[in-house]
Amino acid sequence: NPPPNRHTSDKNCEISSISHVTMSPSRQNNFVSSYLFPLAKSSYSVISAFCTEDNVLQCISYINQELASLGLCSTYIEATSPEGTGLNAVPALNAIYELLQIHRRTMSTVEALEKEQLKKSSTMELMQTSNTRLKDQLELSIREKSGLHEMERQLQLKIKTLQSCLKTEKDEVQKLQSIIASRASQYSHDAKRKEREAAKLKERLSQLLVDRKDKKLAIDVLNCLGRSDGKRGHWKTAKATASHEGEMYKSLLSDYEASQKSLMLENAELKKVLQQMKKEMIHILSPCSSSGRGATADDSQEQHHDSDGEEKMGDTSRETLDQSCEHAREQLTNSIRQQWRKLRNHVEKLDSQVSQVQNQLESNKEMIPLETHEDEMERMRCEVQQCKEFIHAQQQLLQQQLNTSFDDETAALLNDCYTLEEKERLKEEWKLFEEQKRNFERERKNFTEAAIRLGREKKAFEEDRASWLKNQFLNMTPFTDRRRCSSSDGHSALSVSNEPEIRMSSVKAQLAKSSTYTTFSTPRSSQSGAVPSTPELYRTLRLIPESRGRCSDLSIFSMGEDENSLS
Amino acid sequence: MNFSEVFKQSNQLCKVSPDGKYLATCVQYRLVVRDVSTLQIMHLYTCLDQISHMEWSSDSLFILCAMYKRGLVQVWSLEQPDWHCKIDEGSIGLVSSRWSPDGRHILNTTEFHLRITVWSLCTKAVSYIKYPKACQKGIDFSRDGSYMALAERRDCKDFVSIFVCDDWHLLRHFETETQDLAGLEWSPNGCVLAVWDSCLEYKVLLYSLDGRLLSTYSAYEWSLGVKSVSWSPSSQFLAIGSYDEKVRIINHITWKKIAQFEHPATVESTKTVYKEVERRPAVGTDEMSLHNITTGSTLFNTQSKYEICSLPVQIPVVKPDPDRANPKIGVSVLAFSSDNHYLATKNDNMASAVWVWNMQKMSLEAVLEQTSAVRCFQWDPRHPRLALCTGNTKLYLWSPGGCVAVQVPTEGNFLGPKLNYIVLRYRKGAELQ
Repeated sequence: NPPPNRHTSDKNCEISSISHVTMSPSRQNNFVSSYLFPLAKSSYSVISAFCTEDNVLQCISYINQELASLGLCSTYIEATSPEGTGLNAVPALNAIYELLQIHRRTMSTVEALEKEQLKKSSTMELMQTSNTRLKDQLELSIREKSGLHEMERQLQLKIKTLQSCLKTEKDEVQKLQSIIASRASQYSHDAKRKEREAAKLKERLSQLLVDRKDKKLAIDVLNCLGRSDGKRGHWKTAKATASHEGEMYKSLLSDYEASQKSLMLENAELKKVLQQMKKEMIHILSPCSSSGRGATADDSQEQHHDSDGEEKMGDTSRETLDQSCEHAREQLTNSIRQQWRKLRNHVEKLDSQVSQVQNQLESNKEMIPLETHEDEMERMRCEVQQCKEFIHAQQQLLQQQLNTSFDDETAALLNDCYTLEEKERLKEEWKLFEEQKRNFERERKNFTEAAIRLGREKKAFEEDRASWLKNQFLNMTPFTDRRRCSSSDGHSALSVSNEPEIRMSSVKAQLAKSSTYTTFSTPRSSQSGAVPSTPELYRTLRLIPESRGRCSDLSIFSMGEDENSLS
Repeated sequence: MNFSEVFKQSNQLCKVSPDGKYLATCVQYRLVVRDVSTLQIMHLYTCLDQISHMEWSSDSLFILCAMYKRGLVQVWSLEQPDWHCKIDEGSIGLVSSRWSPDGRHILNTTEFHLRITVWSLCTKAVSYIKYPKACQKGIDFSRDGSYMALAERRDCKDFVSIFVCDDWHLLRHFETETQDLAGLEWSPNGCVLAVWDSCLEYKVLLYSLDGRLLSTYSAYEWSLGVKSVSWSPSSQFLAIGSYDEKVRIINHITWKKIAQFEHPATVESTKTVYKEVERRPAVGTDEMSLHNITTGSTLFNTQSKYEICSLPVQIPVVKPDPDRANPKIGVSVLAFSSDNHYLATKNDNMASAVWVWNMQKMSLEAVLEQTSAVRCFQWDPRHPRLALCTGNTKLYLWSPGGCVAVQVPTEGNFLGPKLNYIVLRYRKGAELQ
């Protein structure tokens, strides 16, 4: 708080310093003073402008009015002279004194207010800090509370589980107790029964001991019966024992065999069913590759299925052979499983595709499949239309051709043009044909020459062989001449290979044969020209048996012969 | 359906001969043999005491009458009425008596199961078998009659002896892995013997004819176990009914469970549920004459018919007393039809319902809900037809085609309709009371 001395010091200053305001640095609310300061300044300027030499009276009256409004009616300022240049000092001083009093009072109230405000602001600050502190505390406590809630919840859960465990345990205990009780009652009942029986036994025993003369137990039959199956009774022998054993084992075995048979039948049935299923599955999976629906990955997979399926098909024959083999059985079941998996995957794929398509249709986003379908149809229709038009045009032209309305010259010219074209074409073809024919002729000549050469060589070889053999025979037996002569007839040129005796026949026969070779005429030849036909050549060339290298040729030759036989 | 007139029989001893020609009934100490078609009395035999048990021999030539109190067995011949045979067990007592499959030997079980005496009617010879076991089903003959399986107990251990019925030669004797053998049964093909333990332990053992253990089956531990066992006629299945109200089907190839049939109180998935509905005919005042009351034909004979109920159906359940032994809970009766297609079961805590299962589909075929507890049921030996009775005067028939309730005509009086137990016997398609 500013000391009150300040005011008095101010008062001692000049009047002009009235407008100065005491600025206490200890004041915390400077804005109050800032408000006062410019006001004071302005009031100062107002004061300087307010009273001048001329308007003293007005000023006086005005000031008196102001004083009256302030409540100081008793102290009016008076002017000394009517002109108003001077001022009555006493009332003026009184007025000033009153004003100062007022001012002092105001200042003191201001000071008090300021003090009050300071106090209040400090308390407010205090409150604020305490408020924030309390808020923090509150938050902390809330968090704590939630944490405790959480813990409580968990503990409740634990309690519940423990309670349920307890309940189950109790139930089990009760169940066990009831079981024990029932067993106990059963035991006691049985024990009682046994006891009763024992008591009866004891009684009977005592009775028997007492009553000695007893009827001997016996059977009294009028006459013995025959056995039910009419046979005589048997002595009990070891053989009988053994036969009983045998009977028993026989019956057991037959039962086992019967059951095994039925099981085998069942197995065979099931295997058949599995095979069937497998085949059908393979069949279902294989045509799917040609449907073309789906990505290429699909196709490759299907192809793999196909190859796999074919491989499996090949295995079935083997499987049927060794059905009882465990390996085959495993194989069958594994292949079934595989196929089933593939089928299932395929079906799933199809399903997803179908759903996709359905989604597309429903969503109406891209009608691509339908559109492409439509486009295709359009295109095909256009094509059809075009084709129709083309045909129509052709027809028209043809009509025109037939019913030509041109003059003869142009018609003839046109005809010539067409025929010329055709003629050209024909000529070219003829040329080709001639060329080919020539080639063929050349080849044939070559073949003929080769055949002739070969024939001659063969003939020479055969002659040598014949002479050698002849020498052999001449050396061996005296009857060879006759045999040779008789075998000279009736042998065709074709059956040369197996009969070397032919070579030993007379020169005439040889000549005849050679002539047959040179002419190569056979009853079956269709062409009677000097040039032998290619099949005939082939046939004759085939007659050389020792040429192993010609095996492949022989097959070709045989084909040629077939051709000829067909024609 | 034709019903014969009613004739008296006591002790539910009324049996048709195996060849179907004769009907034998016991009345007190008399044995009456009638012709089946004409019901004329062919023979009349008198025994020394009240007959406790009567049995035809397998060739229908002899009838065995056992009198347990006196320890006597008398055998009568049909061909020679004056032929007689009497077997006296003496002081050793008699608990049960039966024929051997060849019809020429009688097996008597003495009191306290001390021994089994085998009497031969051909040679008058006697053989003894020691230590037979007293249990639910201790003896079983194979279907072709060539083998007999006998349960024995020695030194607190269970054994099974297999005898050849031809000459009673002991073929096999082996110990079984049971705690307390309760029963044994041959499979219809005679190659497998099913042996089961008492209800305190669920254990079913399967032995081959030569005594080898083929397999063991145990569905669960600790709770009460097997209540009933039945082979299917083709020997393919073994049905095991247990105290947990379930039937388990074992197959003959792997001896493992292939199906499980449950008997829930709420039936949800089945082909049909037949519910017997009784209709009492309205009695007008003019019918209330004394004569009518005494005859009681209209007053007490209620008509009943079957109604088909829509699923789900609630079956009435009676909870058994947990403190008592042998509780009335669990599957106690199992019967396969002769063609293997159906299995009829009865769950003891739903005593008024009969469940028919389809063995081809392994599912529930039909549920028959009666108005009172079902006493017994039996399949027709030829067709898939089930006959059952509940202790009233009606006979109920089920076949895959449908269900029918037939009134059995009785000489009506107040007490007439009180039939406690009707034993059904089939004779190649026809039924007799």
